[in-house]
Amino acid sequence: MAVLPVERKPLSFAERTYMPQIFSGLKTTFKRMIKPAETLEYPEQRPTIPNGYRGVPTLVKDPHGREKCVSCQLCEFVCPPKAIRITPGEIPLESPTGHVEKAPQAFDIDMLRCIYCGLCQEVCPEEAIFLQNQYSMSGYSRAEMVNHKDRLYELGGTLPDKHYKWDKKKSAEDAAAHGGGHH
Amino acid sequence: MFDFFQYPFWLQGALKGLAVIAVIFPLAGACSMAERKISAWMQGRPGPNRATVPWIAWIPVLGPFLQRLGVFHLLADGAKFLFKEEPVPGHVNKLYYVLAPVIALIPALMTIVAVPFGAYLDGAGRVVPLILANVDIGILGVFAISSLGVYSLIIAGWASNSKYPFLGGIRASAQLISYELSMTLSVLPVFLWINVPGGQGTLSLAQCVAMQGGAWFGIWMPLSAFIFLVSLFAETNRQPFDMPESEADLVGGFHTEYGAFKWSMFFVAEYAHMLIGSGVFALLFLGGWNPLPWVSLADLVGWLQHLTGWAFVLHPLAVGLISIGIFLGKVLFLIFVFMWVRWTVPRFRYDQVMQLGWQKLLPLAIGNLILYALIIAWVQTRI
Repeated sequence: MAVLPVERKPLSFAERTYMPQIFSGLKTTFKRMIKPAETLEYPEQRPTIPNGYRGVPTLVKDPHGREKCVSCQLCEFVCPPKAIRITPGEIPLESPTGHVEKAPQAFDIDMLRCIYCGLCQEVCPEEAIFLQNQYSMSGYSRAEMVNHKDRLYELGGTLPDKHYKWDKKKSAEDAAAHGGGHH
Repeated sequence: MFDFFQYPFWLQGALKGLAVIAVIFPLAGACSMAERKISAWMQGRPGPNRATVPWIAWIPVLGPFLQRLGVFHLLADGAKFLFKEEPVPGHVNKLYYVLAPVIALIPALMTIVAVPFGAYLDGAGRVVPLILANVDIGILGVFAISSLGVYSLIIAGWASNSKYPFLGGIRASAQLISYELSMTLSVLPVFLWINVPGGQGTLSLAQCVAMQGGAWFGIWMPLSAFIFLVSLFAETNRQPFDMPESEADLVGGFHTEYGAFKWSMFFVAEYAHMLIGSGVFALLFLGGWNPLPWVSLADLVGWLQHLTGWAFVLHPLAVGLISIGIFLGKVLFLIFVFMWVRWTVPRFRYDQVMQLGWQKLLPLAIGNLILYALIIAWVQTRI
């Protein structure tokens, strides 16, 4: 490409007095001054959260109130800052969800370590952990900043479930047990 | 009713002085609040709007309005500055460290003595200025006292015994002394015009206003007004001539080592300088208490009396209040211009400040003086 020499004009007299630029600047700031403010007054006004926002990670239940986490610990192992700590536990066989076999005994997420990357949500085979809309976490001590299992369920609430994976499994097992040898 | 004029002379003087200080001190504080609000609006923010006083918050519309305006932050800030711990760094020169804010405040409040702030009509219909000391040195007194303010910055910079305040102090002395020259030269045409041949020589600001019943000096001496205004920005250490403070490169400049009440004294002094500087500008170039160009205070009061038919409009108290209102309005508008410029223009570099002062403004002021001296000599010999 050809080199185009650009003429560098010396500053005009008006420019050297600074005044035209200062006056145009004053015009800009005055216009800005009489317009309404752009900011949100935070605690009273909250921003609208866009879809797909990654807030505080939470645990959710399915519409029947069953806790979805089966303590497979995939999220614990994928978590880059190692914020998640799960102690697996068993579900007694005689309980209605006994066929699920496992549930977390303890589930702690250290919010001082969490980097809100969302890998736990992505890796979860049970759709049990979601990064939801809450963006503000505060506490007076390090211990307070660790979300325990009950707090995680309280934050997460219940989300609609399209699959009912374990209900289907149970009805299939039941049908197999009753129908006997048809397949 | 006590007769004020029966009091001994010194008591009258002290009471009048206290009354003026009681107005200018809170006004200077209110300016700092206005500065925060105006900067906020210019940056698209609401600004301070949280503090409130319970009894006032209960008033339906006015309470929330005042709260949104941030009026009570002024009280909160003042109380904070009063009750805060005042640490004195170990490495400072204690005497001068404490002395500097005092020296800042005293000349700032003292200049008001020679500045008239209103007028009334006496029985014969003559305009009598309201002024603490109606002395003939007028503008000279204002310049002499207000330029003492630079000592506070130099002393603060030196007493703080660390490098940033020291640099701030040096810049302050260089800048203030450079711009004083063009400032003084720029007002000379006004006083050349006032001192009519054959009349009594005067430097009085009240006389200045009396001569502006017709065209304001700002209209036919725009260059003088411009040079004076630019020097005023420099003299009051306002942006774009914020050299002594320049928080970007000198932390806080001369007041880096100061805190709490001493720091707030520097700021009340700065705003008092601004108020008085704007007052002098209004008196010299914007007609003082004359409401509009070609409309003098006496005309206005005469019209009001003619229109309404109320005799009390001509009462000295009413005229005094009207004139103070007009004058204060102009001063507050100028204060707004100061803030408007501050939140628009970035700071000049130190060498640019010096170049502007010595190579641009000073020759301009001298040329302006010579030009107007010739014009005035030509005009006044022909009237």
